[in-house]
Amino acid sequence: MSDTSINTSAETRTLVIEREMPYPPEKIWRALTQPQLIEQWLMKNDFLPAVDHRFKLSADWGTVDCQVLVVEPNKTLSYTWAAFGFESVVVWTLIPTHGGTRVRMEHSGFRSEEDANYKGAVHGWQRFIESLDRVVGGLED
Amino acid sequence: MVSVVKTANANLVFRALTDPTRRGIFEELTRHREQTVHALTRYAGVSQPAVSKHLTVLKRARLVGHRRDGRETHYRAQPEALAPVVDWLNLYGAFWRERFDLLEDILKRMDP
Repeated sequence: MSDTSINTSAETRTLVIEREMPYPPEKIWRALTQPQLIEQWLMKNDFLPAVDHRFKLSADWGTVDCQVLVVEPNKTLSYTWAAFGFESVVVWTLIPTHGGTRVRMEHSGFRSEEDANYKGAVHGWQRFIESLDRVVGGLED
Repeated sequence: MVSVVKTANANLVFRALTDPTRRGIFEELTRHREQTVHALTRYAGVSQPAVSKHLTVLKRARLVGHRRDGRETHYRAQPEALAPVVDWLNLYGAFWRERFDLLEDILKRMDP
């Protein structure tokens, strides 16, 4: 819980997760950029660490359409993230520390619920609806 | 006032989706453009009156819309009705925390 923060501004909101990991940036970079490793912690994919490369992340509940924005080996990786009819941006930053690396993930571009615009076909409602229970918990207060 | 309306609709949506058969009907509709009651009855495996009742609940929550064509009524999903109740940050917060855990597991197992 303490590793997560949420920034709210009028237009868009940002989710930030930061965690210190006892490994060098080079090793974490491999996990973030090699398709067979990405598959093991995120989703099946056809990722390539090349700017403008379009790729898909897929799971049984649907797909996420992405495009690479920034590749600075062992430092910064960014891609667009389009799912459930809206587009957002994910930025990974690796900061070397004494004992390893601070891994920072910033997911931004969430519009407020009022602006949420659902376009086109939407896949993966099953998984999504299952997660609603968790959301209900968060909304109760 | 707006938030009262929002809360009321959120309650309708959640109540509509807590029933597994109704959830199944809604999911089936999201997979097709439109469906008739007959098609939905075949899919749901319950009686047609039961399906009609479920559709009424889903319509009240605005999760489902309908269109009449002669004697047939065609139903369609309106997933945008979920918009007021979905907290994307909350949803993705849970998603990414879980992924961070998996990432750490992978790092533990990877060659140095």
